[in-house]
Amino acid sequence: MHSSVETLVHVENVEKTFRRGSEEIHVLSEMNLEVPTGEFLALMGPSGSGKTTLLNLIGGLDRPTRGSVTIAGDRIDKLPDRQLAAWRARHVGLVFQFYNLLPVLSAERNVELPLLLTHLSKAERREHVKTALDVVGLSHRTRHFPRTLSGGEQQRVGIARAIVTDPTLLLCDEPTGDLDRRSGDEILGLLQALNREHGKTIVMVTHDPHASARATRTLYLDKGRFSAEKPE
Amino acid sequence: MKYVSLVWSNLRRKRLRTGLTVLSIFIAFVLFGLLCTIKEAFTAGVTLAGADRLISRHKVSLIMTLPESYARRMARIPGVASAVHLTWFNGIYQDEPKNFFGSFPVSDPTAYFDLYPEFLLPTEQEEAWLKTRTGAVVGRSLADRFHWKIGDRVPLKSPIWPRAAEEAWEFDIVGIFDGANRATDTSGFYFRYDYFDEARANGKGQVGWFVVRADDPDRADEIARAVDAEFANSPYETKTEPEGAFAQGFVQQIGDIGAILMAILSAVFFTILLIAGNTMAQAVRERTMELGLLKALGFTNGLVLALVLAESCLIATAGGFAGLAVAWLATVGGSPIPSVLPVFFLPAKYVAMGAVLVFALGVVTGILPALEAMRLRIATALRRQG
Repeated sequence: MHSSVETLVHVENVEKTFRRGSEEIHVLSEMNLEVPTGEFLALMGPSGSGKTTLLNLIGGLDRPTRGSVTIAGDRIDKLPDRQLAAWRARHVGLVFQFYNLLPVLSAERNVELPLLLTHLSKAERREHVKTALDVVGLSHRTRHFPRTLSGGEQQRVGIARAIVTDPTLLLCDEPTGDLDRRSGDEILGLLQALNREHGKTIVMVTHDPHASARATRTLYLDKGRFSAEKPE
Repeated sequence: MKYVSLVWSNLRRKRLRTGLTVLSIFIAFVLFGLLCTIKEAFTAGVTLAGADRLISRHKVSLIMTLPESYARRMARIPGVASAVHLTWFNGIYQDEPKNFFGSFPVSDPTAYFDLYPEFLLPTEQEEAWLKTRTGAVVGRSLADRFHWKIGDRVPLKSPIWPRAAEEAWEFDIVGIFDGANRATDTSGFYFRYDYFDEARANGKGQVGWFVVRADDPDRADEIARAVDAEFANSPYETKTEPEGAFAQGFVQQIGDIGAILMAILSAVFFTILLIAGNTMAQAVRERTMELGLLKALGFTNGLVLALVLAESCLIATAGGFAGLAVAWLATVGGSPIPSVLPVFFLPAKYVAMGAVLVFALGVVTGILPALEAMRLRIATALRRQG
């Protein structure tokens, strides 16, 4: 089944279970979700509610036990590993709570990582990296290594890395979870700008109501299902 | 090429650990190169033995002598092209035990150099040797060792064969021969048997062994049996065998050099395998999150496997090739103990074998961590922080 052009993310009847020894743990049950192109969606819920698992399924980092995940018309849960990796490289930008930068690489080389998978020349890659770092306001710290950057700056590098390939979808897992309020606000402002000014579709997992307030829509998860209201 | 700097950056992450691993591999390959050189030095005679050359010696032991007259009887045996005898002289130069080298009286200089075409002696020098009763021809490495040149008079003493006149033996250098290739032993000192036999105080008419040339190398074994049959049931029975087998037996008087060296190298490489393998396994375990990130960004399983293998191969290459280079440089100057190991160089076949070992070490030490990295589940890896 193909989604309409307006719907970028189409999650249908998705279930995800994990096995721990003989025990089967249901993380997501009968999950249905549609995300239109250009939306900034926040997913909220308590720890263990399945937010990150859902984000991983949308990003092709994991596969559902049942159901389908279709992104921009591609049924990604059926793609072989190699094709799925290529799809991620082309369509998904990831932003993590702990930035996940490679400590041995400078800011610009961290941002360049996804471009290594493209056919761009070195000069073209450099140009793209410069643009991405300009967008996040870090063009003056390109040669700095992560250990010499503040948390907010590291997250900006993480966002630059996520947008450098101009992906279809930006997935953010608690992007402000490790930052103080001021740095968090800057990051949220940046994500909002990417959504509003650059038309990026963003799905963001967060615990923070302050962060979700920046989104255009907020959905709540509880025990692996969507909840109509914010869980207690 | 665009991934090289990523691999290089990862290797620089723990510089001390990477450096020590490279150093251990370096030492292993220096050892490999030197031990192979020593093995070659011991077995050069076996490798270079002529297929048509037989060595006939006393059946009981090499140190027991045979009658000189056997040469004529051997020459009459069908299939024998020529027979030349030599004797172990044990010459010492300038009364210094360390100035010891292989020295031999030769019954027929012309026939001897025909037997050993790998010894390159100019014709005019061979003619001079035939004309000079006290003449001697020496190998290039021996001449270089003592700075001898043609025209020099060289006094030697032999603890086995004193002169009747109780004086030192004196020889005139009339020729210097070169080797046809690097593996040819040019540390020998050859002189005329007639001068030796006339002047020695004892053992006249007795010689050490015979070099017999078979006119057909394919019949070498048959001719060896015929030679031994000729002297069977005499007081001086012979044991005749191809030169290669003789050289092998000579080397094995010391021990099975190949097996000893192989045992040492196996122990060294097994240890290095554990050290380098542990380093790589640790490096991958420490970077679980980062490897998961690369996969999340779109790096395929195969690419992640290749990146980890490239790291282990780079470590092995840096240490291994540096070790081989140093081993080669150490042998370029020649033998540190020419009297014991006259042929001393690292042959190209061992350099090639070392290169194969370098890559094998890189692959073997990296393959398990690389497979672990390849099989890593992204979601699991990204949950691990720090």
